Amino acid sequence: MSDTHAESVAYVRDTMLPETPPPAAETGVTKWMKQNLFATIPNSVLTVAAIVVIYFLLAATLPWILNGIWNATSIRECREILEGATGGCFAVLSDRWNQLLFGFKYPSTEYWRPALAFLLLFVAAAPVMFFKYLPRQLLLFTGVYPFLAFWLIWGGSIVPPLLLLLGFVAAYVAFKALEKRGFGVAALGGLGVLIVAIILAGSIGKIEVLRLEQVQSRDMGGFMLNMILGTVCVSLSIPIGIALALGRQSDMPIIKWICVVFIEFIRGVPLITLLFVANVVLAYFLPPGTTFDLIIRVIIMITAFASAYIAEVIRGGLAALPRGQYEAGDSLGLDYAQAMRLIILPQALKISIPGIVNVAVGLFKDTTLVSVISMFDLVGMIRGPILASTDWNGVYWELFGFAALLFFVVCYGVSQYSQWLERELNTDHR
Amino acid sequence: MTTLTDPPQESFRPSMLLNDTRYRSYTFQFIALIVLISIIAYLGYNLVLNLRAAGLNISYEFLGEPAGYDINQTLVEYTSRSSHLTAAIVGILNTLLVAFLACATATIFGVIAGVLRLSNNWLVRKLMAGYVEAFRNVPVLIWIIIIFTIMTAVLPAPRAFRGEDADASMILGSIAFTNRGVYVPMPIWGPGSMVVVVTFILSIVGVFAYRAYAKKLLFDTGKLLPMGWPSLAILFVPSILMFFIMGQPISLDYPELGGFNFSGGLQIGAPLIALWFALSIYTGAFIAENVRAGILAVSKGQTEAAASLGLRPRRIMNLVILPQALRVIIPPLISQYLNITKNSSLAIAVGYADITATLGGITLNQTGRAIECVLLLMLFYLLISLGISAVMNVYNNAVRLKER
Amino acid sequence: MKKSVFLGALTVAGLTAGAAAAATLDDVKARGTLNCGVTTGLVGFAAPDSNGNWDGFDVGVCRAVAAAVLGDPQAVEFVPTTGKTRFTALASGEIDMLARNTTWTFSRDVDLKFEFVGVNYYDGQGFMVPKELGVSSAKDLDGATVCIQTGTTTELNLADYFRKNSMNYEPVPIETNAEAQQQYLAGACDVYTTDASGLAATRAAFEDPSAHVLLPEIVSKEPLGPLVRHGDNEWGDVVRWTLNALIAAEELGVTSANIADMASAAGDSPEINRLLGTEGNLGEMLGLEADWAVKAISAGGNYGELFEKNIGETTPIGLARGLNAQWTDGGLLYSPPFR
Repeated sequence: MSDTHAESVAYVRDTMLPETPPPAAETGVTKWMKQNLFATIPNSVLTVAAIVVIYFLLAATLPWILNGIWNATSIRECREILEGATGGCFAVLSDRWNQLLFGFKYPSTEYWRPALAFLLLFVAAAPVMFFKYLPRQLLLFTGVYPFLAFWLIWGGSIVPPLLLLLGFVAAYVAFKALEKRGFGVAALGGLGVLIVAIILAGSIGKIEVLRLEQVQSRDMGGFMLNMILGTVCVSLSIPIGIALALGRQSDMPIIKWICVVFIEFIRGVPLITLLFVANVVLAYFLPPGTTFDLIIRVIIMITAFASAYIAEVIRGGLAALPRGQYEAGDSLGLDYAQAMRLIILPQALKISIPGIVNVAVGLFKDTTLVSVISMFDLVGMIRGPILASTDWNGVYWELFGFAALLFFVVCYGVSQYSQWLERELNTDHR
Repeated sequence: MTTLTDPPQESFRPSMLLNDTRYRSYTFQFIALIVLISIIAYLGYNLVLNLRAAGLNISYEFLGEPAGYDINQTLVEYTSRSSHLTAAIVGILNTLLVAFLACATATIFGVIAGVLRLSNNWLVRKLMAGYVEAFRNVPVLIWIIIIFTIMTAVLPAPRAFRGEDADASMILGSIAFTNRGVYVPMPIWGPGSMVVVVTFILSIVGVFAYRAYAKKLLFDTGKLLPMGWPSLAILFVPSILMFFIMGQPISLDYPELGGFNFSGGLQIGAPLIALWFALSIYTGAFIAENVRAGILAVSKGQTEAAASLGLRPRRIMNLVILPQALRVIIPPLISQYLNITKNSSLAIAVGYADITATLGGITLNQTGRAIECVLLLMLFYLLISLGISAVMNVYNNAVRLKER
Repeated sequence: MKKSVFLGALTVAGLTAGAAAAATLDDVKARGTLNCGVTTGLVGFAAPDSNGNWDGFDVGVCRAVAAAVLGDPQAVEFVPTTGKTRFTALASGEIDMLARNTTWTFSRDVDLKFEFVGVNYYDGQGFMVPKELGVSSAKDLDGATVCIQTGTTTELNLADYFRKNSMNYEPVPIETNAEAQQQYLAGACDVYTTDASGLAATRAAFEDPSAHVLLPEIVSKEPLGPLVRHGDNEWGDVVRWTLNALIAAEELGVTSANIADMASAAGDSPEINRLLGTEGNLGEMLGLEADWAVKAISAGGNYGELFEKNIGETTPIGLARGLNAQWTDGGLLYSPPFR
């Protein structure tokens, strides 16, 4: 058979053809461009349109950035140096750098303190953010961080924050000791110990140990104020949000309705009206003779605002858990507190983390609204003292561009993290 | 098992309020209620004390007094002698106007950007990603201020239109873009114009009727009627005919450069445009992400299944992908609309007279009635939000997958 | 007591206790600082400089009061307020006095329950237009677009003025002076209106001040002065007479340069002696030290010195004394006698 076959084939190539490079249109840059930029006619039109847009954007901004002045003491000097040419007056950034970051009243010798607190924030946040990759012991530092940051930023004696920290530790120990006797008793016990510690901290806090120069809350300003408001309010609002979400899911009608009304009310009004409340109304609801600092009132309102949104995210997480998880908890004989703490919440929170991060980013951006109620955050510094000064009257683009850039860097970073986390968490389910 | 060990009837003991799960929830609720009531009572008591100490009272009488200030954009009759209440209503209408306009354009921006982010054109994809990230990660207040500043700086002032050798000129001789706003011709409704308008409305009804008829014919007999040209003809021809029969009752009032400003025509103020544009482009970035997620959420199998049924790409999009994607897109879209409405309160930064600027701004400043003004302000936004949420719930129930 | 300890611990640095109702003087003394409400930034009147120190004409009044009460012109906590928040801040006790170029009006005094202790600057609302418009009178402004800085009585005066002269205009209310100014310079408004002093301060900061003119019409009376809460007359007296001391010092020729000499021993003029506490017990009547006025005047000089240093003709703002001259020079400043 093979013979006949051999005869029927006239020619068999016994050597391979030499490899030739692919046609020019099917390789390298050309192919890539053909596929990605000029695949079809409408596609090409889009590409050209995109190039035009990019050209105009660059033509408008590049000369302005490249020709910028970084060394001058006032806008008049900038104008003299530029002599009518296009160029930014970025000197305002170098001149008012510290004010933009720290506000104008933070003592200039103490700038290292908020800067250090800011750096440590990364160290403290890392074990939470990358919980899979870092040893859990690092979480201890996360626990210590709020007290450390408080001491660094506000200053004063180290005793009150230290006592508070010890109070929390003692409360936790008390909680653990009483846990056998039921969650409610343990929680009450822990709370009692905590309150004792707070009163102690308030009364013997005058002892001067490791004293840093004290800075009043109202002296905070600039980007530091945005960071403080953002981190403090988000961290405070997570536990409150969890409580609200659980309350909203509760079987107890009164508690459920309290939570529903609170959440829907807060979500129904713009943050700015809540800030008006903090600024012009809240004072009337406090006992005569007490006046909170504006920053504390604002923290209260923003925290309430964030809690309502976080509660909704967590409610989504709770709802996404299969019914079987709740039933499994019941069938093991766990009571409500145990089931929530050991089974439901760990899973629900894990699902909710990306949502919480999104709320946090949104909230951080919204902290700029405090500029409307005469607080000197980054935007407030720009719109108030800096633009009002005779030296820098009229430097809009540079300042707002800088503010936009600063927020972009932080928010983009956090949202990239959130997307990474989402992918990370997703692998478990597929 | 339960039948055998029926618990013995215990008499009620106070400790059961805490230990017995049957009663514990009542205890908790009772405590919660007491705490709530005492907090409210405490705050109310403080309020009364403070008001008495300051010699003030809560009263809404100021709403009836003349406001005394002028507003640059009023959708209803308003002068500086009108009451504070009228000023608040002007503000409410302005809020609703900008919110409505911004919702419409934000959807357009969002859908375009969301679809283009999935385009196979690399450059367009990157450009749109840049747009989305730039707007999502910078506070809306900063964007509003930047866009308002850009508008004022880039567009010409009305005085640039003056003189023989003007720096700027009107587009088509009738539309002027200035940094005080856009001036467009305004139609003047002469006698008999109602007939034309009614004809036009009837034409719209006619188009729908024609389409329904064509669809019925298609399903009954399989005959496909042309759609495009007949629809257009039904829409415009009768109205145009009627316009000439009635002797051209509708004319246009063109804007003209007067003393300081353009006069005549319709002015769309710069604050409105700046706020409108800023809100739409900002929220558009969020909607783009929702649209993208919605389209990606439809599994590839659906496209393939539709293709294997022989549907053409456009029909796959219209009949298979979009209906499913919309189910995912609409709920977050509506909450974006809610955000637009709430963010419109930042109008204060560009001088647009919305409710926060009138009732919560100038009225509050002039009357000093902080508590009353802020309460009314919150009530208004709350009503709007609850309204939109109600719509959302109705929609969610309507499109919920009917699972079995 | 327990509650205050608790709250105090919670907010260690954040909580300040002050009294809303009475005895502000005691509170200020106990606290050691004066909480003074000022604007968020208006050059010449109150603005923080690049080192964060507040400076300006209104600030000078705050410092004088702090010096009189506490003996230290630096013992002032400046609380920036907006047009919206200033009255609540004062009413709720967050600030002890408000020196934020606030116009003394009937309703603020009577309805909002505040006590204006005097006038430290007689102002009036004016108009600024670019020179190239060729407008020489506010009566020519029919149809103009007007930028207004909100949060003052400006909107009302403007509405009244245009209505009275049956002219039309388009208001553009802007929140901050900086943004209003940007709108005006870009030509988005034809006219910028606010208090004449504010206009002068704004124009001084322009790239080319000479290209803008202030119209001669002043359309309103704007007596600007510091104010305190109703119902605490002792504190009101302290602020009122500190302001009067500054004015009287100029009239009597007491300056920051010669005050040390004059106060060292009783001189020939009985009124100066009473003012400076070398004779009589005026300070004691106020509940202050005998040399309260000496400290107040030494803080930043007398009224004339404060004016010249912050907003006078030698500064970029360049305001003439005008109505704010002493009554002996044809102005309106007239301090009641110290006796």
